[in-house]
Amino acid sequence: MIEVNDIHKSFGGSEILKGISTTFEKGKTNLVIGQSGSGKTVFLKTLLGLFTPEKGSISYDGRKYSDLSSDEKSELRAEMGMVFQGSALFDSMTIAENVKFPLRMFTKQSKSEMEDRVNFVLKRVNLDDAHNKLPSEASGGMQKRVAIARAIVNKPKYLFCDEPNSGLDPRTATVIDNLIQEITQEYDITTIINTHDMNSVMEIGEKIVFLKDGLKEWEGSNKNIFKTDNEAVTGFVYSSDLFKRVQKMYLEEDL
Amino acid sequence: MSYLHSIGQYFLMIKEIFRKPTKWSVMRRLVFKDIDDLIINSIGIVSFIAFFVGGVVTIQTALNMTNPLIPKTLVGFATRQSVILEFAPTFISIIMAGKVGSFITSSIGTMRVTEQIDALEVMGINAINYLVFPKFIALMLYPFLISIAMFLGILGGMAACVFGGFASLDDYIAGIQMDFIPFHMLYAFIKTFVFAFLLATIPSYHGFYMTGGALEVGKASTTSFVWTSVAIILLNYILTQMMLS
Ligand SMILES: Nc1ncnc2c1ncn2[C@@H]1O[C@H](COP(=O)(O)OP(=O)(O)OP(=O)(O)O)[C@@H](O)[C@H]1O
Ligand SMILES: [Mg+2]
Repeated sequence: MIEVNDIHKSFGGSEILKGISTTFEKGKTNLVIGQSGSGKTVFLKTLLGLFTPEKGSISYDGRKYSDLSSDEKSELRAEMGMVFQGSALFDSMTIAENVKFPLRMFTKQSKSEMEDRVNFVLKRVNLDDAHNKLPSEASGGMQKRVAIARAIVNKPKYLFCDEPNSGLDPRTATVIDNLIQEITQEYDITTIINTHDMNSVMEIGEKIVFLKDGLKEWEGSNKNIFKTDNEAVTGFVYSSDLFKRVQKMYLEEDL
Repeated sequence: MSYLHSIGQYFLMIKEIFRKPTKWSVMRRLVFKDIDDLIINSIGIVSFIAFFVGGVVTIQTALNMTNPLIPKTLVGFATRQSVILEFAPTFISIIMAGKVGSFITSSIGTMRVTEQIDALEVMGINAINYLVFPKFIALMLYPFLISIAMFLGILGGMAACVFGGFASLDDYIAGIQMDFIPFHMLYAFIKTFVFAFLLATIPSYHGFYMTGGALEVGKASTTSFVWTSVAIILLNYILTQMMLS
């Protein structure tokens, strides 16, 4: 569980995060949604410890980040996995080496133990036959799956995904979403996903935090996002007509 | 003001290179890869340039010594002095600022814009150590490259001298052995080490702290070439003033 308490983050005088508080539970897929530029990536990178907030605190299962010693921070880092917006695979390494990298950095496992684990997670993301390809030779969907494999290979407690399915076709996008949800439940991970994809919201939005201009505008789940009359949320959700109809169906189902 | 900020940031980066080192088993591979990319892959171009420019230096010197009272050995002597003191350490380093420097800036810059550096930092890795330290170690072999340039520069001069009929082989060889001052070698290699350090760090700085996208990677490479050359020329002047006069 991650508890976020009133965090503020500015860059060169302009405040990007203006005081966000919320909690993200374990074993659930938590979504952060909002328009482009609303601060989702900055929020996620702050949760990862890549940015230090000027104000506010973040606790990871009760461990308050700002109170940790640098060794404890390193330990915490080793418990985090991140899937970047552009996959961020190391392009000089093969797919298998990319996935093995966190193990080589953080564990004292033997070569064969590492191989086994890499084979296991690559199988888990349905990539059996791509071990020796370079990232540049893989399709966007494959790269995302490798990035997920790399993020989970060291059994993280916290998984962060920045728009894991952007730029993918709807089918592959759904596969990736479901994969992340399954992994989250299977290993009881605290997962936070940035997205502006309404399909993901519908599919896996167990908890949704809606950001607008650096503030939390709304939070809830995909069950009640269709019932809210918050204008910012409805403006976002019903930007396409399709979802107006979906809302109708939802409300009718409820009756 | 922003220059001061950049210079400060540059020195902080240098400190960071040696902090929180990456596991040796991982680092070893990176060092070998950089030795290959930065040193081995430069041998060809450095040899080519050194040999032919050495020849040109000889021809120019010979053509300017028409007075029959000047001994023929001076051609070899002048070639040796200019190749060892300036041409090999400084001129080759400027070329390397273009070749190796833009390679370093664009490879690190690409890692920055594609969030690979963020990925390293998320894993708690000191990205500056991970990326710059191996380049620093690889470029400690840079004097080896400069030695090749010195040798081939003088050899090129010899070929030009003998084939051009400016002086006999014996005169040239006598010339390159004339009045040899060992301190000049020390001076040349101290310069080389300093330039190696600049070649490893300035382009890395420009790659590491860049922002933007692919277009900016190209711009950063150009800026990095300009600043690396400027630093080489300035330090060349300062070191020469300090050591030779
Ligand atoms: N490192 C940085 N330095 C300065 N400003 C930044 C930095 N990172 C982000 N910003 C600014 O913060 C704001 C929010 O950016 P952010 O990347 O978080 O948006 P986002 O919600 O992730 O958008 P998208 O959906 O397009 O990814 C933008 O105005 C951006 O310019
Ligand atoms: Mg973003």
